[in-house]
Amino acid sequence: MASNEEILAGLAEIVNEETGLAPEAVELDKSFTDDLDIDSISMMTIVVNAEEKFGVRIPDEEVKNLKTVGDAVDFIANAQA
Amino acid sequence: MARKVVITGLGATTPIGGDVPTMWRNALKGVSGARTLEDDWVARYELPVTFACRASNKPDEVLTRVEAKRMDPSTQFAVVASREAWKDSGIEEIDHDRLAVAFATGIGGVWTLLDAWDTLREKGPRRVLPMTVPMLMPNGPSAAVSMDLGARAGAHTPVSACASGTEAIAMGVDLIRAGKADVVMTGGAEAAIHAMPIAAFSAMQALSKRNDDPEHASRPYDLDRDGFVMGEGAGALVLEAEEHALARGARIYAELAGSGVTADAYHITAPDPEGLGATRALKAAMFDARAQAVDVVHVNAHATSTPVGDKPEYTALKAALGNQVDNVSVSATKSQTGHLLGASGAVESVMTALAVYERKAPLTINLDNQDPEIPLDVVTSARDLPSGDIVALNNSFGFGGHNAVVVFRNA
Repeated sequence: MASNEEILAGLAEIVNEETGLAPEAVELDKSFTDDLDIDSISMMTIVVNAEEKFGVRIPDEEVKNLKTVGDAVDFIANAQA
Repeated sequence: MARKVVITGLGATTPIGGDVPTMWRNALKGVSGARTLEDDWVARYELPVTFACRASNKPDEVLTRVEAKRMDPSTQFAVVASREAWKDSGIEEIDHDRLAVAFATGIGGVWTLLDAWDTLREKGPRRVLPMTVPMLMPNGPSAAVSMDLGARAGAHTPVSACASGTEAIAMGVDLIRAGKADVVMTGGAEAAIHAMPIAAFSAMQALSKRNDDPEHASRPYDLDRDGFVMGEGAGALVLEAEEHALARGARIYAELAGSGVTADAYHITAPDPEGLGATRALKAAMFDARAQAVDVVHVNAHATSTPVGDKPEYTALKAALGNQVDNVSVSATKSQTGHLLGASGAVESVMTALAVYERKAPLTINLDNQDPEIPLDVVTSARDLPSGDIVALNNSFGFGGHNAVVVFRNA
């Protein structure tokens, strides 16, 4: 079980790996599409990598609800609980 | 009167140099890009061929990590070579709606396709990368080059096996002449040094099996030739309408004076033994370029070093050039680079443009005992091309009976 801080740091690492964005740019209130300019293909890669890293399942139909980094952190934290 | 097309930029990443100056220096010196493969899969699958011509520079060391991640190696090579050619052209401002791409590949994203298949079998469908489709599609290189340059007048991908690169250049000429573009980034890329293509080409007895002596394996026209050597990389040429190039005071390497593209309609892999399709391509190209046989002083031959392939090309050259064939300096540069499949015609066109520009023919190595049935004047030591008006040809032929010839004239 990871803390929200650990999940954020882990997500930031995954986003950096996929897009080259600096990890510190990945903040809770940032929108994946509008702020971080992440397209749907990159988003799916990030989702699958997050599933592996955090040992959770993020259903495809859930992905569209993960608008901000905070949404993703919350979803992963709940899924781990 | 058709618009004149000129070459104003060159790029290459090859087994004998990761950029044009390095490649050209080596091509004039005569080096072999063939090495024993160090990859673990060579032994794991007990491949019958254990060597190839790897690109001398890894493209993912030139591109950023994120760029490289989203591109198949074939596309990486295409982007590296086209960036060099673009910079070399000196074009700073351009109407992007008048800039097109014609960039070929023979096979496409074979690494991506087979990696995804491995992932599917080992880890399941969820782990197959979402980027798999755009990375494996054969138009991946032309699409990536188009995005990279902002080329919006179309991005085309002629695919004709080992004639692809030359056919892309021929298409670039057509696009400019037809008024559909003023500048075209043309070229070809290939990255197929993977266990499966090696096994498959080997199964059809196309590859040299000189495993104990890779550097002497690619030996076009030699009596002991036993197949081609796989290569990888890309070549890129900026083609430009002459008036466009003159208006900006561009450096012009050569005129791309014409092209000829034909099909044998004979056999899926074997060349027509009389070289009839190749002869028609040569004649069509020379007619298109308004060139006479007597003008031709240099040919960069397809010459892959297979027992059956090298001779019909001679037959075709003899038929198209007549007695002038004896006065032509023929370079078989696959002896140095290996066979870059869909990229070969582009890399060899880069060399042919430079040969005309600098009036120097690149070398053919490993020619110890020339096949008496192929009595060409093969360039095996430093040789200058004549002064005055000259014409040079680059030939490429591909499985499927594809024949493509492009014609270069001094500017």
